[in-house]
Amino acid sequence: MSSTAPEKNQDILRIAGVDFQSRLLVGTGKYKDLEETDLATVASGAEIVTVAIRRSNIGQNPDEPNLLEVLPPEKYTILPNTAGCYTADEAVRTCRLARELLGGAKLVKLEVLGDKKTLYPDITDTLIAAQILVDDGFDVMVYTSDDPLIAKRLEEIGCVAVMPLAAPIGSGLGIQNAYNIRTIVENANVPILVDAGVGTASDASIAMELGCDGVLMNTAIAAAKNPILMAGAMKKAVEAGREAYLAGRMPKKQYASASSPIDGMFF
Amino acid sequence: MNIVLNGEPQQFDDSISVEALVHFMELTGKRIAVEINLEIIPASQHTTHMLKESDQVEVVAAIGGG
Repeated sequence: MSSTAPEKNQDILRIAGVDFQSRLLVGTGKYKDLEETDLATVASGAEIVTVAIRRSNIGQNPDEPNLLEVLPPEKYTILPNTAGCYTADEAVRTCRLARELLGGAKLVKLEVLGDKKTLYPDITDTLIAAQILVDDGFDVMVYTSDDPLIAKRLEEIGCVAVMPLAAPIGSGLGIQNAYNIRTIVENANVPILVDAGVGTASDASIAMELGCDGVLMNTAIAAAKNPILMAGAMKKAVEAGREAYLAGRMPKKQYASASSPIDGMFF
Repeated sequence: MNIVLNGEPQQFDDSISVEALVHFMELTGKRIAVEINLEIIPASQHTTHMLKESDQVEVVAAIGGG
């Protein structure tokens, strides 16, 4: 039997001209310690990891290694985020500090939040910040709502990837509007990644089956009872969903269709 | 000389360089970025850039986040 499975290394995720094998991007927050962060990140197979930019006296003990010693930029593509920013100015300032901190690396995850309860993106300031950052030479991966028109606008501004939410950040509710995600994917000429809202492995598979180019998650792994086991589950789920999407699913039918032949029955 | 360092008042006897401030914070060799009065001071200028009275200084690092 001949295999028609695509070679793993031929199915590449390309973001801003850089090729990645893994379509699972992971955050590094909410882990109990850096050792768990390291083990879960390795188990996820992720090549791109998000980090937050904060005052140097926050979340750091001078005696302990810092995050970028555990997840070195030589080994991972570091994706600094603008989490916690509620205005375009705050987000742009954070990205510029991140670029300085990472020795000129241009890749950033832009998120401008609009509301503390839902953490929904403030779209007007997201659009403003995206334009400023693109003009300033950044490669912007942008967190946004699942509005297809806004996703297209962000692509037109020059963002290198558009990342609609599946559900509110940290909610674990799964994909709440599969139709919008599918529409965004169909319209897109840049990678579309579901960012936020994934709760368990099947959610990640659904995102990939819809045709998304990748999934970015943090809490679904970090808040699992066993984060390292869940990281491995998410790796498989993203791969399974991707292969199912490439394979092309069978059409849905209302009634049964026997799998075994009718011919040759002996009674 | 009085400055505000990461939101807290901080006093030094004399004007010091950004490099000396980073050393004072025990962050020499760490991946950090320095901003003074909303302007980033590139790493290449840390030895020459001197802090001034009332500077608002932010020294940031990468920590876990999603």
